[in-house]
This record gives sequence, structure tokens and C-alpha cells, in this order.
Amino acid sequence: MDALIPQLLNGSAQGALLLLAALGLSLTFGQMGVINMAHGEFLMLGAFTAYLVQQVIAASDLSIPVALPVAFVVAGLFGLLLEVTIIRWMYRRPLDTLLVTVGVSLILQQAALQIFPSQGVPVEKPSWLDGQLNILGYEWPLRQLFTIVLAAVCVAALSAWLKYTSFGRRIRATVHNRDLAETTGISTRTIDRLTFFVGSGLAGVAGVAASLIGGTNSQMGAQYIIPAFLVVAAGGIGQLKGTIIAAWAVGVALSCFAYWTTGSLAQVLAFILVIVFLQLRPQGLFTVRTRSLA
Amino acid sequence: MFTTSKRLRALVATGAIGTTMALVLAGCGARASDDTAGAGSSAAASCVDTSGDTIKLGFLNSLTGGMAISEKTVSNVLHMAADEINTSGGILGKKIQYVQEDGATDWPTFAEKTEKLLTQDCVGAIFGGWTSSSRKAVKPVVEKLNGLFFYPVQYEGLEASPNIYYTGATTNQQIIPAMDFLASKGVKTLFLAGSDYVFPRTANAIIKLYAAKLGIKIVGEEYVPLDKDDWTSQVAKIVAAKPDFIFNTINGSSNVGFIKAYYDAGLTPAKTPIISVSIAEEEAPAMGHAVTGNYASWNYFQSLKTDTNPKFIQSWKAYPNSSGVTSDPMEAAYISLYLYKELVEAAGSFDVNAVNAAAKSKTITFDAPEGKVSLNGTNHHISKPGHIGQINANNQFDIVWASDKFIEPDPYLEGYDWFPADIRKQLAGAAG
Repeated sequence: MDALIPQLLNGSAQGALLLLAALGLSLTFGQMGVINMAHGEFLMLGAFTAYLVQQVIAASDLSIPVALPVAFVVAGLFGLLLEVTIIRWMYRRPLDTLLVTVGVSLILQQAALQIFPSQGVPVEKPSWLDGQLNILGYEWPLRQLFTIVLAAVCVAALSAWLKYTSFGRRIRATVHNRDLAETTGISTRTIDRLTFFVGSGLAGVAGVAASLIGGTNSQMGAQYIIPAFLVVAAGGIGQLKGTIIAAWAVGVALSCFAYWTTGSLAQVLAFILVIVFLQLRPQGLFTVRTRSLA
Repeated sequence: MFTTSKRLRALVATGAIGTTMALVLAGCGARASDDTAGAGSSAAASCVDTSGDTIKLGFLNSLTGGMAISEKTVSNVLHMAADEINTSGGILGKKIQYVQEDGATDWPTFAEKTEKLLTQDCVGAIFGGWTSSSRKAVKPVVEKLNGLFFYPVQYEGLEASPNIYYTGATTNQQIIPAMDFLASKGVKTLFLAGSDYVFPRTANAIIKLYAAKLGIKIVGEEYVPLDKDDWTSQVAKIVAAKPDFIFNTINGSSNVGFIKAYYDAGLTPAKTPIISVSIAEEEAPAMGHAVTGNYASWNYFQSLKTDTNPKFIQSWKAYPNSSGVTSDPMEAAYISLYLYKELVEAAGSFDVNAVNAAAKSKTITFDAPEGKVSLNGTNHHISKPGHIGQINANNQFDIVWASDKFIEPDPYLEGYDWFPADIRKQLAGAAG
């Protein structure tokens, strides 16, 4: 039991970061069917934004809260640019979006390598995240609690937005039946652009969280993209609650396996579990019922 | 839109399986590349053109992909050294004309580019590489084509190719001095944290043997894949094990994650210091203040007071694309080009066999920024001073310990009685 509590707590925090990385994908991949391999680089943009904000506002206590919305907008605008220039031509060709966005991700990586110091840049943690919380004898780093709270806020905001705003209703209508949505006067083009903006923006927020956990450098996006896709697929495409449960489960599995075996084996075991799960249940945890005839 | 979703999922799952497999197989990369090398043309007489007033040299560094983070600097410092040598008269009176190739963080590419540099560009020698996998991809090609390769990074040892010169530290010049330092501090318990690839695994095998001899107890050993930054679960084990010191063989960006997790868990250099073998002046700034106060074991530090170091630092700071700080791998790359110059001039020829003969029969030395290093003509490594530095608030290192003399290279640790022959064979086999 002593060993279980740290793994549950650490795993939940790992899951929360995965969830932050996967939230945007669950929109762009889940709702729109676009395989955006540059999503990890949007996360990287968010992390570099946190660094740049820190250059302007030196006090890290303030700069991280400021960086969160700024990173959302910066990564969102990059996403919007990608949608307007490239993705819009490929909505009926998901395989092509995959190839093109891999190219975009390489361009963004190399651009970051050219602009910033190659070893990466430091992002200082706010001092109010220093310290640990004693939970049943385990000194839990406060920073992990922050990741969980941030993920929870993002999930709440996103689901409220989808559920209660007119934009959200139009997005859901478009997902359920694009043609019918168009006949009711919804501009699906505007909806697509907006969805991509929000999805990419969420990657930016994830990037700020990631910059407090690991390195901020040109390569950082690569380690999140595959786990994030797996989480979305395992959760059930287009299903927010499925993504949440899958992210948490993968996080806890990673943490427990890392404790019982080694850090390397944990990666392999956790993702074998996901893949086996997808073999047994290819539609993921939850399925969306659509009225689409196609 | 959803008709394609099943195919999408299959695609994503396949991609994920592929990536996982690639990660698992990454360790075997060097083996795979041997095949690539074997497919090349047969060894031909050297086509190096020494008739003109220039000599072609090849620089092979990853300028794209994950390792560009580190290798770009090596490439830049090689260019700087070439410019310096050209200004002061060249090698045997010939100006260096370099061909820069991109290894692209892909080991078969390193093998292919080596073959291209040797057979098509006809270069006199190749300089570069960083990871052991890249060196092991280049090794069979230079051996088959009888070329020369200069490798500038500290590594796990257990290798001595007649066609490779090693200007970074082998284990007895970095790992063993670090352990001697720990013993001098009265350390009783040690925790090993490393990235999961050949260098940390081999280094830790050596550390465990030497620790047993020194009476230091290993209280834990953890590995995390190179491409993963989150160390929280493993650091929780360190907190529980309460070691006197942490021996850190983590590499790359993952090191930033480790230092952050270390700080977040409330560990401090005052109580649980870290000694690292891959955090240098270049890496420390990305880690922020959390790394201050911890230690690193290298041969060269920017803060070293030698006759030649100020000039090296000054030239590098003035160089375009400079990162502004000098570090051990950069300095070793700088040495490599000058060592080649010394070798060629001692041999009086650019011919590989003549160069190797000169290495054996003559004393080759170079006044390097770390001090006067001398080449061992048999194992092709160089003597180096051991230094331990403590990271200060400016991300520079205060030297806190130095070996009493230059340490002769011993890549197979044959001069250490605690290193059994069967383990040497086993580790050398595992390292490929």
C-alpha cells in the first residue's frame, strides 16, 4: 500500500500531462479526422512561449500564469495558419494530412533548432510550486498537483465550451453530420478553422506544463505525439470522457510499471497494453453514434 | 467522415507499434548498419589528392534530427579549428578544404556518408560523430576502406580500432576519477541513474565493480529511455533509498527532466548531491538554477587555468554561430583536428599507413586547452587530466578536485585488478 500511493499520485500527474497533450488531438483528430503529426511541435511552441514570456516578465511567479493564455493563442494561431494554408485542402484525404504534417513538424523542429540555443532553454518554475505535499507519508511534489489542476481546468473549459456555447453546438452538429449541418446554414469552414485553433491552442497549454517537467528544446514534441494519439484512439475517437479515462489509465500504468520493473520496460509494457486493448476493442472505450450516412 | 475512422485507428495503432518497435530496436542500430557498410564497394587504393595546395577533410556531424542538439556545436568548432590551421599555414603547407556532411541522427546514414567521403570526395580523414551508435556505424567502413576517423566524445571504452583516433575520455579518464573523488569525500552509498543505452549500462557495470573495491554500496540503479523526460517515478525511489550521492549517466534532454524531478522532490546538493558525466557548460543553462551546486566529471572545463585555454575561449566566443561557452566535447573536437595535423606532419605524409606508423613510432603531443596531451600509438586514445567541477550560479564549474597527473588511456581497463577478464569480454561483446 505504501508503494501504491506514490504510483497513483505520480501516475495521475503523468496521465494529466498526457491528457493535456491529447485534448487538442481529440478535437482535431477525433472531431475532424485530421491526423496532425505536428501537434507535438505545437506543444513545443507553447513551451518556447513560456520561455519567451519569462524573458519579458522576469518573475517566474507571475510569468507562468501569464504564459498559459499566451501559449494558447500562439500555438492556436500557428494551428490556424496550418489549417488555412494546408489542411483545408486535405479534409477528405487523412493519409495525406499525416504525411504533410510530418513534414511540417520537421520544419518546425529545425526552425526551433536554428532560432534557440541547440541545448534548449530554461523555463523556471514559479516558487509557489516549490515544495511537496505530504500525502499519507509520501512527499508529493506540488508541481504534479499543478499539472492535474491545469488538466482539469482545461477539460472543464473545453467541455463547457462544446456543450453550452453556440460554437460548441455547431461543432457537434458538424461532427454528427457535416452535410446536414451545412444545409441548416452552419459555415463548416469557419467551424473547422475554429476547432483547429482551439485544438492547437490546447497543445500550447500542454507545452507550458511540459516545460516545467522536462527540457524545452527542438526535440521535445516528439516524445508526446505517439502516446497522445494512442490515448485518443484508446479512449474512443471523438469522446472526451474516453480520452480522460485512457490518459489516466496510461499514466498510472506507466508509473506502476516503472516502479515494478524499469523505466524503459514501463514504456513498452504500457503501450503493449494499449495496443492489445485496441485489438480487442478497436472502437476504443466509448463510441460516438453518428447520423452520418457515409 | 467517420467511414475512414476505423482505418485511421488501424493506421495510428500500426504507427504506434512501429515506433515502439523502433525504440526497442534502437539498441541494435549499430548492427543493422554493418550490413549497409558491407554492401559498399571493395577497398581500393586511396584516392586522396595531395598534388595541389589543399587537402580535403570530411566533417560528419548530425545537423538535423535529435542529436543536432549536441553535434551542431562540434561541427562549428571543427570549422573554427580548420580556419585557425589554415591561417597559420595549413597541414604540411596545404590548406584544409572541408566537406561538411549531415549524419542526420541516423546511423546507417553515418555509414553511407563515410563511404561517400572516402570514395567520392577522397578526403584525407573524417572528423565527427557523437553517439557510440554513430561511431560503430562508421567503424566497419573506415576499417574496410582503410580511412581515418577522429571521434571527439567521451565514451564507454572497450574499443581500439586501427582506423579510429579517440580524443574524448575513455572510462578510466572520466568514470574512475569520478569514483576516486567520491571515495575521497567519504561517500558510503551511491544511487545510479542513467539513460537506457550502451554508455550508461557499461559505465554502471564498471562503477559497480570499482564501488565494491572502494567499499561504496550501490543502493539503487534506474534507467529511463533517452527520449523520455519525466523522471518523477524514479526520483521517488531515490528519495526512499537516501543515498549519499547520485551517479548520473543520463544524456540529452532527459537530464533536464531528471534535474527538475530531483528539485521538485525536495532533494538538494547539500544532502544528496549528483555527480554527472554529461552535464557540461553547454547543458547546464537549460536546467535552470536547480542544477547549481551539483558536480560533473570531465577532463576539460572552461574555468581551467592553462596557457592555451584563454585563447581557445576567446576564439570560440568571437566565432560566428558560437554558443559563447566552451565545453569538454567541443575541446576534444578541437584537439582532434590539431592531433591530425601533428600526426600528418610527424609522418610527413597524408597516407593512412604512414600516419598510423608515425603514431606508433613517434611521440605525438598537442598543447590542448586542457593541457599537453600525448597520443598512445597503440590504442589511439590520448592522455588526459581528470577534473571534477562544481556548478556555480553562472553555470560555470569551480574545480574542486584534479587527478595528480595526466591519466594514460586504458580503454580495456587492463591496468585495474578489480576488472575481471570475463566481464571485460562480456561487456566488449555487449557493446558490439
